[in-house]
Amino acid sequence: MEENIVLTMRGITKLFPGVKALQNVDFTLRKGEIHALMGENGAGKSTLIKVLTGVYAMDRGEVCLDGGEPAMIRSPQEALRRGISTVYQEINLCPNLTVAENLFIDREPRKRGLIDWKEMYRRSGELLERLEVAVEPTRQLGDCSIAIQQMIAIARAVDMRCKVLILDEPTSSLDDDEVEKLFELMRRLKEQGVGIIFVTHFLEQVYAVCDRITVLRNGELVGEFLTAELPRLQLVAKMLGKDFDDLAQIKSMKETERDSRQQAPLLEAQGLYCQGRVKPFNLCCYPGEVVGFTGLLGSGRSELVRTLYGADRPDGGTLKLRGKPVKIDTPLQAMMHGMAYLPEDRKRDGIFADLSVRENIIIALQTKKGIFHPMGRREMENFADKYIGLLQIKTAGRETSIKSLSGGNQQKVIIGRWLLTNPEFLILDEPTRGIDIGTKTEIQKLMLQLSEQGMSIAFISSEIEEMLRTCSRMIVMRDHEKVGELTGGDLSQEKIMHTIAGGGSDNEQ
Amino acid sequence: MKKKLRFNDTGFLLAVTIGLFVLMYAAGMIVFADAGFAKPQMFLNLFISNAGLIVISLGLTLVMITGGIDISVGSVTALVAMASAYLMEVAGSGACTALAVSLLIGLAFGLVQGYLISYLDIQPFIVTLAGLFFGRGMTAVVSTQMISIKNETFLAWANYKIYLPIGTHNKRGVFQPAYIYPTVIIALAALVVIAVALKYTKFGRRVYAIGGSQQSSLMMGLNVRRTKFQAYLLNGFLVGLGGFLFTLNSCAGFVEQAKGLEMDAISASVIGGTLLSGGVGNPVGTLFGVLIKGTISSLITTQGTLSSWWVRIALSSLLCFFIVLQSIIFSHKKKNAPH
Amino acid sequence: MNNKGAKGSDTLRRITGHHLFLPIVFLAVVLLANVIKTPDFFEVSYSNGILYGYVVDVVNRASELVILAIGMTFVTAASGGQDISVGAVMAVSAAVCCQILSGGEVSITAFQNPLLLAVAAALLVSMLCGAFNGLLVARLNIQPMVATLILFTAGRGIAQLITRGQITYIRVEEYKLYGSYIPGCPIPTPIFFAAGTVILVMLVLKFTALGLYVESVGINSSAARIVGLNATRIKFITYVICGLLAGLAGFVASSRIYSADANNIGLNLEMDAILAVALGGNLLSGGKFSLMGSVIGAYTIQALTTTLYAMMISSDQLPVYKAIVVILIVVLQSPVFQQKFRDLRAKLRQNTAASRKEGAAS
Repeated sequence: MEENIVLTMRGITKLFPGVKALQNVDFTLRKGEIHALMGENGAGKSTLIKVLTGVYAMDRGEVCLDGGEPAMIRSPQEALRRGISTVYQEINLCPNLTVAENLFIDREPRKRGLIDWKEMYRRSGELLERLEVAVEPTRQLGDCSIAIQQMIAIARAVDMRCKVLILDEPTSSLDDDEVEKLFELMRRLKEQGVGIIFVTHFLEQVYAVCDRITVLRNGELVGEFLTAELPRLQLVAKMLGKDFDDLAQIKSMKETERDSRQQAPLLEAQGLYCQGRVKPFNLCCYPGEVVGFTGLLGSGRSELVRTLYGADRPDGGTLKLRGKPVKIDTPLQAMMHGMAYLPEDRKRDGIFADLSVRENIIIALQTKKGIFHPMGRREMENFADKYIGLLQIKTAGRETSIKSLSGGNQQKVIIGRWLLTNPEFLILDEPTRGIDIGTKTEIQKLMLQLSEQGMSIAFISSEIEEMLRTCSRMIVMRDHEKVGELTGGDLSQEKIMHTIAGGGSDNEQ
Repeated sequence: MKKKLRFNDTGFLLAVTIGLFVLMYAAGMIVFADAGFAKPQMFLNLFISNAGLIVISLGLTLVMITGGIDISVGSVTALVAMASAYLMEVAGSGACTALAVSLLIGLAFGLVQGYLISYLDIQPFIVTLAGLFFGRGMTAVVSTQMISIKNETFLAWANYKIYLPIGTHNKRGVFQPAYIYPTVIIALAALVVIAVALKYTKFGRRVYAIGGSQQSSLMMGLNVRRTKFQAYLLNGFLVGLGGFLFTLNSCAGFVEQAKGLEMDAISASVIGGTLLSGGVGNPVGTLFGVLIKGTISSLITTQGTLSSWWVRIALSSLLCFFIVLQSIIFSHKKKNAPH
Repeated sequence: MNNKGAKGSDTLRRITGHHLFLPIVFLAVVLLANVIKTPDFFEVSYSNGILYGYVVDVVNRASELVILAIGMTFVTAASGGQDISVGAVMAVSAAVCCQILSGGEVSITAFQNPLLLAVAAALLVSMLCGAFNGLLVARLNIQPMVATLILFTAGRGIAQLITRGQITYIRVEEYKLYGSYIPGCPIPTPIFFAAGTVILVMLVLKFTALGLYVESVGINSSAARIVGLNATRIKFITYVICGLLAGLAGFVASSRIYSADANNIGLNLEMDAILAVALGGNLLSGGKFSLMGSVIGAYTIQALTTTLYAMMISSDQLPVYKAIVVILIVVLQSPVFQQKFRDLRAKLRQNTAASRKEGAAS
């Protein structure tokens, strides 16, 4: 066994009802290295982190610290005590306290039983100076920039003598300068012998700072690689689950290449943007086509469609539907113009857990009709039964509450909800995430059928293969910006990956 | 992540509060100069008549900083007063027993309410609303009659005047020193203790931390449940003590006593700069909140023709104004928050 | 096993699983207690063209509570909090109504202004009170209880100001009708108000989609936004409705005593209304609601009050028992408690299994 190993995880398996979130995953972290943990949605990164920090109990496997005996980590507090600190994208500090307090809360220096503020400020000053974080210890945390807050969280972890530092997407809300500052801090910590696990979606950042990369996919380990030996394109391929050699064999399942662009566009966006979420973009969608939005998680693909739908109020730009300019600031306006949107986070934005399948299906049509035109009981039941049959929703009955259904069936209910409103433009954000293969295929087929009937569909998925099978055009996003649009012959996994990976590909536009 | 008010804004709120107090009192001094508003004793009376409220408001400030609330304090005060009166006048106990029982009643409420709120995660409002009705009902169970306290020790405590080296000369030129009662000293001592506890103990900083962000506190390894429980327990003790001070001022127990006191205490805290959403607040601000309430009521009493209901209405409007002010600063901040 | 048993248990499960099962059981228990305490509880007699009896009395006296409970149900479902100002709003409504009728006099024997005008003004002011609460809750995002605490304390003061600190008496037969009996009708008038309100609200729920909207907003306001609902507006509307109903209850209460007594009209009724909602099987944290549940809950509370009175408990002491019931209900509803209870049961089962194994081994 190597001597400088600080953490080994072996055969980690974690089951959730109906899903294997992690299956026999190994992970090794050495002293003084920055180790990237990569993978798309549902790959199991966050589950692995949560197992390591004691948020979840694993079903099988073992975790060893410092090459010692297997350790049991049952709670985040215990993880902290054992030297495993985590800094999340969502900063877990108190904005109403000062910087120094956030560093020292619950272990404040005391004199005669009372907190010695002077000493606390002095020690905070020293610590921040050592890590070269430029901030006054007396400052209110909420007044600091997100980057500084992030660094303070790291400083807190460092001062608590952590051996393993987990950075879970710390850079998502930072700008380039701030990211660079963070990297400098990470490199300094690395020199001090801290092992850092870095979870991120930004490829550039991985290549800028990491020594090693572990890739997960669908809860399984793909492999551990030295950054220097793994070209960018290969990394994307490994994350998205296609071996590079297989790329040539992919054949589109689309039966005919319909050139829908002959028709007038259904939707035209000009310079539409939403501050801090998606940079100005132009977009055209035609009736009868499936447009894919791709890019890694956090690239702004979901934010783009949310802006179209008015779920995030656009800050500027124009939108035309069937050639007529429209103003869409709220979801209801979008619905009235024939749009429908299946949100990414089913639990948070999709289902009404305590309502029945029937009510969950008819709610969108009901709001479209308005409060004074309630649907009759019989009418609702007919609609519910129709979509339960059409989409083959497995439920005990239409009056069963939706929370007792499986994820895939819940998703079908929400698809049914939107089909019932008879939309012309249907947005599906990750409709197939976390659901079984059978349902996935059904949903893909359904999309093709609907587009054949003339519906325009915007489709987002983390699985490129799935998108290639269904989309006639792909919009590629990177860093909250639309960076490319691929059609026809360009629609290949290789091209898409090149565009996602960026840098080096010169035919982006 | 939720953005809380920054120090500058809380400083601003505190400045508004103190400014408001000075302004109101000055106005009183000008308009009601003949009624003695300018005399030091008038100012000290603010403390004398509100000593109990100061202590109770401190407790409320504490639980409000954790992000909770307690609306049972008025009823608990009535219960404490009634129990004290009953013990001394009907059961024949001594004043010390009455004091001990008062504190125990407060602690018992703190214990039960604190447990339900922190360990069973029940909304503080529902729990303390039940506490409000329970306390008031129990007061009636003890006695539905009004009981005046005539216990000698108790009255000696209540009427022991402590003269101060300041005062005024009356018309005949005789110096009349201003005085306070022991209740004022106890209230101010409680203020100092709570202020120190909040600023200089681990417990105090934990209280602020969980009010700032419960989730973050949990992630930083703080025992959120225990801290909350302790805060409610301490609040219970303070309500028991404050209730007793209140009784020393009223010298009676009756069912309708201290009705709406929870509103006075909450208003005092909020006007003094405590955020309803938690995480921000300080005892000195709360003191000024109480003084503002006191000034409003003496202005209205001195004026003479206005109904005493105006006190409550004025205070409610003031509370409403401060809540809206907080809400505006809060949403303004949110909009301008660095992304 | 035999089929019949399975079928029987299935029917049983359907009955016990119904959302009104528990509320009806509570009501039955309280009624039973009443019958034990006063054997002639269910006896109804008819004399002088009027119905008499304990039951009639309970149903009559519960009228204001039923009206309040309906409003409270909406507020609870949509905002996950309660409106504790309803009692005070009742007092305000009564004060406005009586003050307009009396034209400023302390006691009158003939209306100084049309009754319709007075009632309309009273209801309008109550709706404004509700709108004020709704503004604070829905627009400024203040916790419902803090927001309504303002009117909870200030409301009675406002009512006192309206009546200039006096109790205004309306000694007009026409006014007393609404709180007592219409000549020729054996049933007390307040019962008609309660029944009318229930029917009206049921019709509103039937002929608009309000119920579904309120539930959706209460369950998941983020998802409600995505399907095109305006959560702020819906919450606001529920508070206005609650204010309006409190105003109506205030009118009935004031007609009962043909006066506006700012200190006593609607006293402690906010607690009863919350209790009625909870007893009706509604979660105090919002979401799905059952109007009939709350109505049954309201009658249960009134019956309970009658029982307690029969046990020689004074009206001042009643809140003690009601507070205990509220705490019991919220503890039973609390997810943490339910989890603890499940854990405990699992542990017990494990223990018995273990001891059985031990027993078998030895």
